[in-house]
Amino acid sequence: MPAMSNDTYGSKEATSGDYQYGFATDIEMEYAPKGLNEDIIRFISAKKNEPEWMLEWRLKSYKIWKSKAEPKWAMVDYPPIDFNDIYYYAAPKSQEDGPKSLDEVDPELLRTYEKLGIPLHEQEILAGVAVDAVFDSVSVATTFKDKLAEAGVIFCPISEAIQEHPELIQKYLGSVVPQTDNAYAALNGAVFTDGSFVYIPEGVRCPMELSTYFRINALNTGQFERTLIIADKGSYVSYLEGCTAPMRDENQLHAAVVELVALDDAEIKYSTVQNWYPGNEEGKGGIYNFVTKRADCIGKNSKVTWIQVETGSAITWKYPSCILTGDGSSGKFLSVAVTRLKQQADTGSKMIHIGKNTKSTIISKGISAERGENTYRGRVAVMNSAKGARNYTQCDSMLIGNNCAAHTVPYIDVKTSDAQVEHEATTSKISEEQMFYLRQRGMTEEDAVSMIVNGFAKDVLQELPMEFAVEAQKLLGITLENSVG
Amino acid sequence: MIEIKNLHARVDDKEILKGLSLTIPNGEVHAIMGPNGAGKSTLANVISGKDGYEITEGDILFHGQSVLEMEPEERAHLGLFLAFQYPVEIPGVNSMTFLRTALNAKRKANGEAELDGAEFLRIVKTAMKNLKIKDDFLKRSVNVGFSGGEKKRFEILQMQVLSPTFAVLDETDSGLDIDALKVVAEGVNMLRDPSRSFLVITHYQRLLDYIEPDVVHILADGKIQKTGDKNLALELEEKGYDAVIGDAA
Ligand SMILES: Nc1ncnc2c1ncn2[C@@H]1O[C@H](COP(=O)(O)OP(=O)(O)OP(=O)(O)O)[C@@H](O)[C@H]1O
Ligand SMILES: [Mg+2]
Repeated sequence: MPAMSNDTYGSKEATSGDYQYGFATDIEMEYAPKGLNEDIIRFISAKKNEPEWMLEWRLKSYKIWKSKAEPKWAMVDYPPIDFNDIYYYAAPKSQEDGPKSLDEVDPELLRTYEKLGIPLHEQEILAGVAVDAVFDSVSVATTFKDKLAEAGVIFCPISEAIQEHPELIQKYLGSVVPQTDNAYAALNGAVFTDGSFVYIPEGVRCPMELSTYFRINALNTGQFERTLIIADKGSYVSYLEGCTAPMRDENQLHAAVVELVALDDAEIKYSTVQNWYPGNEEGKGGIYNFVTKRADCIGKNSKVTWIQVETGSAITWKYPSCILTGDGSSGKFLSVAVTRLKQQADTGSKMIHIGKNTKSTIISKGISAERGENTYRGRVAVMNSAKGARNYTQCDSMLIGNNCAAHTVPYIDVKTSDAQVEHEATTSKISEEQMFYLRQRGMTEEDAVSMIVNGFAKDVLQELPMEFAVEAQKLLGITLENSVG
Repeated sequence: MIEIKNLHARVDDKEILKGLSLTIPNGEVHAIMGPNGAGKSTLANVISGKDGYEITEGDILFHGQSVLEMEPEERAHLGLFLAFQYPVEIPGVNSMTFLRTALNAKRKANGEAELDGAEFLRIVKTAMKNLKIKDDFLKRSVNVGFSGGEKKRFEILQMQVLSPTFAVLDETDSGLDIDALKVVAEGVNMLRDPSRSFLVITHYQRLLDYIEPDVVHILADGKIQKTGDKNLALELEEKGYDAVIGDAA
């Protein structure tokens, strides 16, 4: 055999990367005072002009939160969070009256989104993608609203939906992720400020990709967005969220809740490209991304796909899941998670099979470099009622260098005898041979790593909507650029 | 023109190349034969700039310029190509994408415009026809699940697409059936021209019936032990290394 054939690549010292979205926008903000108490919740609710029932719901969440400890079972390590040292409401002053038409959006905000590569002027925007832009605690712009309305699709900030579509909100908010689910979900229920609301009526195929772009800007501010997507019978929607935040030495909390509801024969595809600021190489700063995402496939033959490309955040705690209630419903979770610097990710999926002949697929690709820690944590539960259920889980880890780590923690819990549950796991490294082969063909070290990593993640990347697949590939390349050499 | 001067190379404190000298003028094809473990692949790797070798003495000049301090990709951009003895699998990477990235990387480094899809496809299609490679082949991941012969054929396809000025072929004939051997040899011969040179590493005289070398070297114990014309390969085939080079084998 040739020399060095078993050697792995990338064991050299880590360098910190440049985070290209790390700038902060200087804009006049309005804050609620720091800290969390009933008055703050009343303030937020009043700011949003909410009806009484919404305020009550928030206060109930708050009570639940106070009684709940933070979950501690994840393989992540961080100092205790002082929940009273956080601003729960921060909004650009110019947006005080909520989102207006695009012409009225503060030009400074438009510039911010442009810099992030998300132009909000409709004529410049990616054709066929409608965007809701959320800046700290408020939605600043939603594009293509009229065009969507023609199809009967509702796509608006959730604060607006609370006013305009209270029947849908009251029926579905908290129906998938109850307020009691976990401490972060309860916290979100108390203080959520904005996020997107989507309703696709019966039989409608949403005419364009919907996307929400979350930006945390203000210092010491938490972002607690709440997203609710309802796909009525026989409808289809593809939704994408993107996230970035400035580089700051302080950690910032992002505790979102996303609920998806799919009725009979409906299909929801939910893609995330998460690139929050990851902190520096010493683990200083970065976003704590503590997110509860769950879908209920309540309808027969309904379908939900979660796709995520996670490159950012100091800590990720996130398990997009599917409750497969309807007979014949199916859930998919496709994930690429990168940890480098001192990032920690504990992510995976839960698939809960309740209906007959339900199907689920989990494909998780974890990439660790530098001192990153990557844990896949998943649970497949097949209830007694779920005759003929099937699950396939595949967890692949790639390690770049010798100071990073990957863990796989699958829980399998099958209560019926005729279910079929498969689990496969692999761990690989980038070999010196692969690197030499690509470099001999003229590729730089960075391009070679990017090519190998994108190949590793291909099964997931190819499922992303076209417009974003290219972006995601680039992002993976850029993210790992400084992890090599 | 490539000049290798008194090259000494070590791996893990073990000296493998022990003062190897070799000059290949433009337009010539040189063959290297030698027993297993002689250092043939080591030479190919050192020429290409692979990590893990310590060069303790000597130099490698490419068109008069020393390449020892250059990264592998810089040498590739200068026109060096290595057809690997053991081509490497890159899972999930489409062979076509790989080829295009490689070609454009080289073009970019040489200040040429990157090729668009159509131009690139024309070049690849021609090379595929030359090497009798089927259309759907390049949809597969690089070398993943390729048979031994397919891997070698793909190496030569890459060589045709990248059109190097100096190519090292490390046992490209090993594992090829007789028809594939002819196709591959033809693929090499097509590229022969006065501005290009080749170093063909092989164990079998048979390859040299198809790719006729200008010069044949015998490498053993880290050095060129004997140099001759193509008849040296025939003599070797007949008598074996012991008889031809004595103790060094
Ligand atoms: N990383 C390494 N550590 C120790 N010895 C090595 C290493 N790499 C190569 N060698 C040794 O160097 C010598 C030359 O190896 P090389 O692969 O160059 O031989 P070769 O002439 O190409 O042989 P073959 O005809 O079998 O391909 C062998 O003895 C081999 O074991
Ligand atoms: Mg060899």
